Amino acid sequence: MKSQFRGGVHPADSKDTDKEAVKTLPLLELYLVSLSQHIGSPAEPIVSAGDKVLKYQEIAKPTGFISASLHAPTSGTVKAVEPSPHPSGRLIPAIVIESDGEDREFDISTNSDPNLEKGPEVWNDMVKNAGIVGMGGAAFPTHVKLSPPDDKPIELMIANGIECEPYLTADHRLMLESPELVAVGLRLTMEMVGAKKAIIGVEANKPDAIETFRSFDLPPDVEVAELPVMYPQGAEKQLIYALLGKEVPKGGLPMDVGVVVQNVGTLAAICEAVTKGKPLVERIMTLGGSVPAGPGNYLARIGTPLSDIVEQTGGMKGPAARIVSGGPMMGQAMTSFESPVLKGTSGLLVFGPGEMKALNQRACIRCGACVRVCPVSLMPQTLGNMVEWNIFDVLEQNHINDCIECGCCAYVCPSDRNMVQFIRQGKAEIITRGQKG
Amino acid sequence: METVLAPSPHLRSPDTIERVMYTVLIALVPGSLIGIYFFGLHAIRVMLISIVGCLVLEGIVLKLRGRDISPLKDGSAILTGLLLAMNLPSSTPGWMVMVGALVAILLGKHVYGGLGYNPFNPALVARVFLLISFPVAMTSWPEPKPFTFSLDTVTKATPLGEMKTNLLMTGSIGDIANIDLMAPFLGNFGGSLGEVSALALIVGGLFLLARKVITWHIPVTFIVTVFVMTGMFWVINPQKFASPVFHILTGGLMLGAFFMATDYVTSPVTNKGMIIFGVGCGAITVFIRLFGGYPEGVSFAILLMNSVTPIIDQYTKPRTFGYLREKKVVA
Repeated sequence: MKSQFRGGVHPADSKDTDKEAVKTLPLLELYLVSLSQHIGSPAEPIVSAGDKVLKYQEIAKPTGFISASLHAPTSGTVKAVEPSPHPSGRLIPAIVIESDGEDREFDISTNSDPNLEKGPEVWNDMVKNAGIVGMGGAAFPTHVKLSPPDDKPIELMIANGIECEPYLTADHRLMLESPELVAVGLRLTMEMVGAKKAIIGVEANKPDAIETFRSFDLPPDVEVAELPVMYPQGAEKQLIYALLGKEVPKGGLPMDVGVVVQNVGTLAAICEAVTKGKPLVERIMTLGGSVPAGPGNYLARIGTPLSDIVEQTGGMKGPAARIVSGGPMMGQAMTSFESPVLKGTSGLLVFGPGEMKALNQRACIRCGACVRVCPVSLMPQTLGNMVEWNIFDVLEQNHINDCIECGCCAYVCPSDRNMVQFIRQGKAEIITRGQKG
Repeated sequence: METVLAPSPHLRSPDTIERVMYTVLIALVPGSLIGIYFFGLHAIRVMLISIVGCLVLEGIVLKLRGRDISPLKDGSAILTGLLLAMNLPSSTPGWMVMVGALVAILLGKHVYGGLGYNPFNPALVARVFLLISFPVAMTSWPEPKPFTFSLDTVTKATPLGEMKTNLLMTGSIGDIANIDLMAPFLGNFGGSLGEVSALALIVGGLFLLARKVITWHIPVTFIVTVFVMTGMFWVINPQKFASPVFHILTGGLMLGAFFMATDYVTSPVTNKGMIIFGVGCGAITVFIRLFGGYPEGVSFAILLMNSVTPIIDQYTKPRTFGYLREKKVVA
């Protein structure tokens, strides 16, 4: 095991909530199930205003090969299907459900396989019907990831329990409190892709989780690997390199090196979908940062307005200078708590005035720090400078599209340059030019 | 209090330009103190005029450029001022120091757009400008003596200078190189006011390495290249060439290798590029010292390597993750 990819940075872990057991939030009044909460085309609603729905009922179906379905997080009435708040800051169509307070369930038992008899192909359908997407944040439709083509044999399944972003502890608690869900999910996915071996990767700052898995009755083909704490250790391709020393070729996917990676939360959801027929309607997320009065890890239904989570946990202790959906390195800043929990929402972080570095963006001083930390071995300073000077035609040959937007470059920059934002602008400009030309 | 919408990442390391500049200034303190000890009040005079001159001139130039003067706080003008002073003989007249400061700030830095945009090390541009414009003043070196408040100076050529003259006149370097090498190591040696104590500069350099402000790639390759190349010539003909230890302890090599060649803006960004840069600086220094018309080559070597830094950066780009068995990106 290589154990370390090239580059990376080491911000303070700030895993302040890692001792907080997962608490379930009470049933709330309104849920905003966004149609756009996965990679690929948005789901298409199969309900409309006025329809009554039950918990777990499918309310939107996938459109196209890379898409996912949506399910009602509780029973109630569809109030509307309308543009609604979304972490991106845009108004995105969502199915707004008014809860009837009863939480009555759609019968999912007919679609379950509690004894794990039905076989990988049926299981893949069950995963698809459950609307499961990658819960590490990327939200890629899982059934697609678990159907590699025949010419890409899979030897290894990696369970990603790294959770390298500071502050986030949702996966940590899942591994501690429900390791059996992860283990069963791992077994199922191994059979679905035909992998003979599996590795559960956990960062060294979660020794109790590592211990939990090591003392768990895992079959001999499943190994538990402890990896050094470094951001972004949990980035799929970097994790594969750290464990196997293999680089996923440019433009390729882990299946090109015989590997499939799944977040531990996704594996738990897969287990629930197959054993109980349960669709993805809730997830564990971390409420963190110094401002929330009740920081911790919460089991929240998909569609829960973040403002409700704030209210239910005791509100804020002070003014919110920065509100982030996700982790602090790659998460999306928001100006309010109006947005809902999406399938990929790993956390809600709120920081106070004076906590964020006061930025004074200057010219690049060519110190090379960004080049040393880039996990993709790019030259971020070149990319940033070129975008700043509107020189876009050299970006592609400098491999701008290989940037994973992890934020390591901006993190280290002594000139406080908004490197990732420059790179995003560059990528967008290339797409725009491609569309025109 | 407003909630700020800012792009990710929302965490940043505490590193700033200021921290870097002030760390380098701290690393220069040992060398500066030794310079003041051996060259007295004149050393303080030159340093003060240079630093204050650079600051004032930068303020004026920023105003002329229509900008606000906040960059004065970043420490880069102060650093340029101190580095320039350390490259000058302590007998330099005040007006000449100011000319140097003007050249450094204006022609070395702001004419290109300010911090981050200059292709050449500003302090070296100024120093070389003064050397070429005022060769007599710039090659009259006060003899080092323990600190006094006296303003008298006795100047003579540095040992390196004497070596070159002897070599050109008699074909041999004479007895100069057989001096006690503790002198240049500790600082009791002729030269510019900041370059004389190799020890003080090495201490400063190690401090910079420990604080991760610089990496080993440039200074170590620079020094090793000089050592190996001068060593080769010395072994072949010790009458004509001084020993490698003599060479690395004299002529501002330590100052150049740790503090001037490592300037971020004007040196390569990649580790491979830095090694090439260090080797180039070392080789050119040796050629000038041994075969060129000037006794000292560090300043010219660094400036010449500054000029090829962009090309070095182009050709030493790291191999992008996932690009296997491919030709490196060139353009």
